[in-house]
Amino acid sequence: MLTGFDWDVIRRTAPYLFREGMTFTLTLTALAMTGGIVFGTLLAMMRLASYRTLSTAASGYVNVMRSTPLVLVIFWFYFLVPWIGGWLLGATRPIQVGAFLSSLITFMMFEAAYYCEIMRAGIQSIPRGQMWAGYALGLSYWQTMGQIVLPQAFRNMLPVLLTQTIILFQDTSLVYVLSITDFLGAASKIAQRDRGGLFRDQLRRVEPREAAPAPAGGSEPVARDSGRAPSWR
Amino acid sequence: MAMIEMKDVSKWYGPVQVLKDCSAAVNKGEVVVVCGPSGSGKSTLIKTVNGLEPFQRGDVLVNGISVGDPKTNLTRLRAQIGMVFQHFELFPHMSVVDNISLGQVRVLGRSRDEATARSMKLLERVGLTQHAAKYPGQLSGGQQQRVAIARALAMDPLAMLFDEPTSALDPEMINEVLDVMTELAREGMTMMVVTHEMGFASRVAHRVIFMDQGQIVEDDKKEDFFRTPRSERAQQFLSKILHH
Ligand SMILES: Nc1ncnc2c1ncn2[C@@H]1O[C@H](COP(=O)(O)OP(=O)(O)OP(=O)(O)O)[C@@H](O)[C@H]1O
Ligand SMILES: [Mg+2]
Repeated sequence: MLTGFDWDVIRRTAPYLFREGMTFTLTLTALAMTGGIVFGTLLAMMRLASYRTLSTAASGYVNVMRSTPLVLVIFWFYFLVPWIGGWLLGATRPIQVGAFLSSLITFMMFEAAYYCEIMRAGIQSIPRGQMWAGYALGLSYWQTMGQIVLPQAFRNMLPVLLTQTIILFQDTSLVYVLSITDFLGAASKIAQRDRGGLFRDQLRRVEPREAAPAPAGGSEPVARDSGRAPSWR
Repeated sequence: MAMIEMKDVSKWYGPVQVLKDCSAAVNKGEVVVVCGPSGSGKSTLIKTVNGLEPFQRGDVLVNGISVGDPKTNLTRLRAQIGMVFQHFELFPHMSVVDNISLGQVRVLGRSRDEATARSMKLLERVGLTQHAAKYPGQLSGGQQQRVAIARALAMDPLAMLFDEPTSALDPEMINEVLDVMTELAREGMTMMVVTHEMGFASRVAHRVIFMDQGQIVEDDKKEDFFRTPRSERAQQFLSKILHH
């Protein structure tokens, strides 16, 4: 089936695909993962806090994020972040936020909800006595968390965190809705440029037909979008 | 002078009262053993001393400082009280020597080298020098508990709390831990020990507190407690434990 495949197209487009597309995808994944895990861990600590307000706020956030489709969140953030940023900085007009920064913030906030649930399970897997032992030494809450509970929770959850990061890696392709050139975006741009050009057979089959005499009604090519009335009517 | 003083401490879990007006004192250099049936509130009581268990009524004074007062710096207070747990609670992701050094560096502000030197000295004292670089999971239960004692001692505590330090150990390891504790008591450490090891109590303790259903039923000199416990419940408890 692939006998007529133009292997050379890969060689020719690989530099572009990887330099432009994959670099973006990996950068976004790495940054969103880091931010997502940090924010998610804070959320998990809030969810487990004994203060009602904190835990309610955190679980509300997590539930909303987890029940909203990612594409929607990407769109909302793209239009909202400039306004929120402007409001935070006290500016009268929305600030300029590039598509990259906007998508990065989106993924951090969105993935944080998922990382939160993973880290919450991780923290809960550590026996309470570990916390007590930290406190008994005179460590503060943050020291006990940072030195004792979180390192263990993180280690226990490493496989699940990795799985979630792979999902994140795949989800980053949704930035195409913001017309960003990630790996998928780069590939689809090439596909559009070379449409029909990947298979040499296809080319050969297409060319004669286009060179053939036009059907009755004129030389106008048949419209691709079927919405238009056929010209031979 | 009372190093630890409890005044009418009461605690509830929801509607259930687990500590009922508990009053007791541990003087400087004194060893007090706390015993009683399972669920009587011994662990809860001993954890109120360093504020690990909050309580609703009464107060605990450690070296004159109130644990119940919201203005008290609890972390500072806790750093001065050593605690040893039933399940050791060593930090499994740190080496033995790091376990002992953590509090010294993070709380007391000692330098790494200073802390390591101190940790090694304490390891020597509990007879575990050659295990310094190992991780807790590579040690036997008795060895882990001795490390936990060293970890608490590294903070130069004013008093030590033990919550059933030997009840998770195999019988042949119990003595190695009790020996360390006995030596500590001989050196004049103030100790509050929840244990069912009546041999230890009769050798080392000055006083014995007996608890039942959240109440301190007896608080006697050791000699009196073993010879003539006043309450029937303490007599029953003793006969059960001693004839085991
Ligand atoms: N988190 C909790 N929530 C509700 N009740 C609790 C909680 N922790 C302990 N209790 C109850 O408080 C009482 C005292 O418990 P505690 O652990 O102090 O007993 P103990 O004397 O140490 O028993 P043991 O010998 O089994 O260790 C028990 O009846 C227990 O069921
Ligand atoms: Mg107990």
